[in-house]
Amino acid sequence: MPNLNDLKLRIASVKSTQKITSAMKMVAAAKLRRAQEQAEASRPYAERMERMLGSLAASAGKQPGASPLLAGTGKDDVHLLIVAAADRGLCGGFNSNIVREARNKAKELLSAGKTIKIYCVGRKSRDQLRRDFGNNIVDTIEDIAKPSLGFDKAATVADRVLSMFKAGEFDVCTIFYAKFQSAIAQIPTAQQLIPFEAEGDADASTLADGGVYDYEPSDEKILSDLLPRNIAVQIFKAMLENNASEHGARMSAMDNATRNAGEMIDKLSIQYNRTRQAIITNELIEIISAKEAL
Amino acid sequence: MAKEQVEFELVSPEKLLLSQSVDMVVVPGEDGDFGVLPRHAPMISTVRPGVIAIYSGKEISERIFVAGGFAEVTTERCTVLAEIAQPVGEIDKAAVQQQLQDAKEDLSDAKDDDARDAARKQIGLSEAMLTAIG
Repeated sequence: MPNLNDLKLRIASVKSTQKITSAMKMVAAAKLRRAQEQAEASRPYAERMERMLGSLAASAGKQPGASPLLAGTGKDDVHLLIVAAADRGLCGGFNSNIVREARNKAKELLSAGKTIKIYCVGRKSRDQLRRDFGNNIVDTIEDIAKPSLGFDKAATVADRVLSMFKAGEFDVCTIFYAKFQSAIAQIPTAQQLIPFEAEGDADASTLADGGVYDYEPSDEKILSDLLPRNIAVQIFKAMLENNASEHGARMSAMDNATRNAGEMIDKLSIQYNRTRQAIITNELIEIISAKEAL
Repeated sequence: MAKEQVEFELVSPEKLLLSQSVDMVVVPGEDGDFGVLPRHAPMISTVRPGVIAIYSGKEISERIFVAGGFAEVTTERCTVLAEIAQPVGEIDKAAVQQQLQDAKEDLSDAKDDDARDAARKQIGLSEAMLTAIG
């Protein structure tokens, strides 16, 4: 029979764990709201950039000698995988899901005889990938959300990626992150950054009223400015989505943990009370039988 | 009939900074400043570091410094995508001068081309800011 004192201690410890998880849930909920607002606030820029890029790509992209960022290097031997996950754990399957997606892709590429390089964003993605692909990791960036997730962080990553691309270190670049759908659903996503893939209809070069844009100084010049900028914007978007997803995942994970702790406390309390009662009954029996024996 | 106006939008990667109807806006384009009035021909241009002037009537109502970016003009809209934007009145002259000083030191200390380019860019930016304050 379990000791009464032991049970009491276990209940106390589960209770304090529950306090922590419920506090973490609350914090995650507050951060989630902020992250969502931030993600929404950044949407206009990304949308407008996409619109411009769509029309530019349609008019300038088909010409020979277009930027390799748009047309690719003509081969796909070396792949760079940017794996964006969180810096911290305790957020359910969030990190593992992203890493699994990236790992599958990496294995697929390796078995097809390609070379892969991995750029880790966030401590957890590096920790989880180090075992399998330790030699393929070229760089890691941590603490991207500290003190706040700014565009400069994304620009740093983009600069690094672009300088690698210029040096001819890879041909295709894909970023892995979790698309935020709701607090309980985050979808691990792979998005190709280089060469640029236009989303939506490619024939956006004509305006709604049938007019055509003038380009100043020239469409190639603007495109060559816009494409690197777009990489940074896409990475920033991925980071923001990821941030929201992380807090969403943590919120639901902590909600589950709090509920489980509650169930455990109930179970332990019942056990505690039963044990207590059994001890009392036992003592009574002892007293009565002792009296009868006299 | 209501007076025609341009829908002017200033967007940074982090948020939509400004969205309002204005009479005219002058944008520092790569090849020189251009004014946008209603029914401007559609165009896309790069923006150099400089000042965007927003006009109400014939008066400048607001001056905003941008550190380069892109402008998209259609017949009724003008959208500027800028990474850094700051109202001219809020620029701290001493801080910018300090930045310029630092950047010049960086340039003389720079060891490779990348560092030199970065320093030159910063110098250009700071100088443009100082010109904006006037």
